[in-house]
Amino acid sequence: MKGTYLGEFEEVVLLAVAIRTGDAYGAAVVNEIEQQLGRTVNLGAVHTALHRLEEKALVKSEMGGATGERGGRSKRLYVVTATGRRALEEIRQLRNQMWDTIPKIAWS
Amino acid sequence: MSASKPASKVPPRWATWLLQLFCPAHLANEMEGDLYELFQQRIQAIGLREARRRYVMDVFSLLRPSLMRDKSTQYPNPSHTDMLQNYMKIGFRNLAKNRTYSGINIVGLSIGMTTAILIGLWMWDELSYNKYHQHYDRIARVMQHQTYNGITNTFPATPLPMRAALQSEHASDFTYIASSSWTEDHILTSGEKKISRKGNCVEPDFPFMMSLRMIKGTASGLDNPASALLSESVAEALFGEEDPINKTIKVDNKDYFKITGIYEDLPYGTEFHDVTFLLPWKHFLEETPWVKRSETNWGNNSFLLLAQIAPNTSFDQINAKIENIKARHAKEEARFSPKAFLHPMSRWHLYSEWENGVPVRGRIQFVWLFGIIGAFVLMLACINFMNLSTARSQKRAKEVGIRKAVGSLRSQLVAQFLGESVMVAIFAFILALLLVQLLLPWFNQISDKQITFPWTDRTSWIIGLGFTLMIGILAGSYPAIYLSSFRPIKVLKGAGSSLQVQAGRFAALPRQTLVIVQFTVSITLLIGTLVVLRQIQYAKDRPVGFDRSGLLSVEIKTPDLQAHSQPLRDELLQTGAAIDISKSSSPTSEVWSSDASFNWTGKDPDQLGDLGTVGVTHDYGKTVNWKIKQGRDFSRAFSTDSVGMVINESAVKFMGLKEAVGTRVQWNGDQYTIIGVIHDVVTGSPFMSIQPTVFMLKEDWTSFIHIRLNPAIPTREALSKLEPAFKKHNPGSPFEYKFASDEYNRKFQAEERIGQLSTTFASLAIFISCLGLFGLATFFAEQRQKEIGIRKVLGASVANLWQLLSKDFLTLVMISCLLATPIAYYLMHDWLQQYTYQTALSWWIFAAAIAGAFVITLATVSFQAVKAAILNPVNSLKNE
Repeated sequence: MKGTYLGEFEEVVLLAVAIRTGDAYGAAVVNEIEQQLGRTVNLGAVHTALHRLEEKALVKSEMGGATGERGGRSKRLYVVTATGRRALEEIRQLRNQMWDTIPKIAWS
Repeated sequence: MSASKPASKVPPRWATWLLQLFCPAHLANEMEGDLYELFQQRIQAIGLREARRRYVMDVFSLLRPSLMRDKSTQYPNPSHTDMLQNYMKIGFRNLAKNRTYSGINIVGLSIGMTTAILIGLWMWDELSYNKYHQHYDRIARVMQHQTYNGITNTFPATPLPMRAALQSEHASDFTYIASSSWTEDHILTSGEKKISRKGNCVEPDFPFMMSLRMIKGTASGLDNPASALLSESVAEALFGEEDPINKTIKVDNKDYFKITGIYEDLPYGTEFHDVTFLLPWKHFLEETPWVKRSETNWGNNSFLLLAQIAPNTSFDQINAKIENIKARHAKEEARFSPKAFLHPMSRWHLYSEWENGVPVRGRIQFVWLFGIIGAFVLMLACINFMNLSTARSQKRAKEVGIRKAVGSLRSQLVAQFLGESVMVAIFAFILALLLVQLLLPWFNQISDKQITFPWTDRTSWIIGLGFTLMIGILAGSYPAIYLSSFRPIKVLKGAGSSLQVQAGRFAALPRQTLVIVQFTVSITLLIGTLVVLRQIQYAKDRPVGFDRSGLLSVEIKTPDLQAHSQPLRDELLQTGAAIDISKSSSPTSEVWSSDASFNWTGKDPDQLGDLGTVGVTHDYGKTVNWKIKQGRDFSRAFSTDSVGMVINESAVKFMGLKEAVGTRVQWNGDQYTIIGVIHDVVTGSPFMSIQPTVFMLKEDWTSFIHIRLNPAIPTREALSKLEPAFKKHNPGSPFEYKFASDEYNRKFQAEERIGQLSTTFASLAIFISCLGLFGLATFFAEQRQKEIGIRKVLGASVANLWQLLSKDFLTLVMISCLLATPIAYYLMHDWLQQYTYQTALSWWIFAAAIAGAFVITLATVSFQAVKAAILNPVNSLKNE
């Protein structure tokens, strides 16, 4: 099933949603990623990733209130689900595991 | 965050508009919100300009299918695809319901497409000739115009000193320059293996000029008079798996060459594709006395000269410089007003015909002709499609009416019908691809090509599919516009009796016009084909002047054969398989050389005595069985015959002789006497007038042995009896012979190819037109079923009904005949002009074509008409 695999960008977006808990919506995620990674990202890419994460049930969303700085438009707020959290932890664990198995002599 | 900024700083409106256009309503709100927020932040961070740019980029980044197609909200979004699915379904149902019409449409269109694809491949093949050579657009052959007796002749041969003159005077204009011998058969021997292959002797620049792709060794060995380059296939035939480099081969049983390079075989689509090995020019020059003598002779135009021009110049520039090179160097040649020029390789294949010094339509005319015919055949198929669709439109009228009544737009209906026709076109395209694949071997055979379908070439697929789409739209355009124009009220009110849909009595006019166009094209093609076939037959029936059956010839390639020709002759005669044997300098149906320096009593001093010259031995006349008109043949009884001449009828006319026999002729400082006149022997093209020719006894000129087989012995047996004698006197060479009848038939190849192709195309055109007619007839018969039933009940005979249904179509075909006759007459009259020996455009050819068209039309229509007429009226009338 395609839902089991988490792409690099999806991972970044998922982390950003986790960081911005309670205030994670499209523009906020863009800001977060740009600040953290120092690279520009397209809004479209972020929205696509959020949609796919939602399809994979790694995040869930609900409509938030409208604010003046958005020209009176409402925002969709995302939160990381339990599955999403597990997915992040799993990735982290996998990475650590791989780091641990690098032999010393690999760094010449 | 940035509420302090004035509201005047707005994002680009068009981008917002674009987003709104594409974005589903339930997403628009949050997307716009995010965009707006980011925009406001960015004004501060990176400035207004940059913020606006990022805004646009973000909008574009949002226009992605994964976001656009999301329907997971409270608003179900009826998309266009639902309607498209419906169109597709209706389209398929329509095709499946009317199998006959769908079949006619798809088959007709696919035959049209097959023809177009085959012709397209053929044209592409013709147009890409010689492109194998990397510098093909800078390579040229040096050619000459010469004018004498008021006529300019153009030929691709040059005198040998021309090469040296070009090299020394215009060195900077040429990158490469190379003389070459003509492509001839040679015998190659390696150990026990003997093969006969075609090859050239060339100068060292040749392989580089032609960018030969070396597989082994180098291309530079040709400086050495004893090295040779072989093509891959020859190397394989001689050495098999072994490495041929530095091995030795023997050529024509006398000279040895070391192989210094192997090159990739030249593909068939190149001028030199039959050159399978290269020998050094130096060898040719040093071993052939007449070539050596020609080195300083500007009068002997016998050599092929090729050049690649330097990058900074053009053919025109060089032509202007070299035009008079021959007249400058050789004063005595000035009387022929020779003009040298470069003929670019890119034009060799398609533009190599001159008439009186001016280039005339050469092979390119066939490229155009076939292109036009292909387009016509395709057009015929499209016309069928249009006609059948509009004719059947009444059946769709109710559908159109209902669709319009429930709010369908005209543009949607047009799209629906176009979609259907594109669908049909795609089916036809698939079928056409199948047909092309099946027919290619046959097509290659009749067109003498090796075309393969470019299955893996993406460009050709794009072209093919684009073409299909275009045909679908083209063929569907008229029906689409016509069908979508129905007015719903009229259609729905008059539903049932379908004829009410048709607007007035001119409604059928466009259809009739199209049928007339179809048949005009078909009949024109039919007449054209008949004329072409007639012309070929006419030339074939021409009196040939010699007896081809049981006559064969062997080319004298080795010194052995020349030296042993007398004992060989005796031995061959002894076998009883041959009854006459003689030799000559040209093949029986060609004259290979001519000379302009003949003088005779009563010659017009301004005329150049350019006569074909053939050297023969005593029994030549008897062997080929020519017919003496006046005087006598050469005879051993007269020793004076060594300065005797036999001339042909054309020569008598050319020389303006009243009493030919006994006339004195001066040539090369000798006095000859004409002893006999023969009936013309067809030499050169059988479609052209015959070259004035003189025959002289010249034992030492001869290069062909002619053998008249004993008619009492079967050919196979006779050949097996001759072979041992050849093996004995010409050891080391295969016994290779050619039948005079085969050689003669080869002269018709080009014309027969046109004949075959045009027969095919004409049949296809007629078939497609009749297919359309058949469809229309079927439809009308069906439509008038009730009328026919009533007429039958009231006492109409089958003949009456048949007449009723066929009359309209025959009228159309008659009009087509009236149109096609003058068109075909004009075109074919023009085509025949290129042949001196041409058939007359007799009236019966036109009559036959017209009669043929009528018979075919009647057969097509009658089938349906009679079928409708003999139907039991009870069946057609009971359901109302």
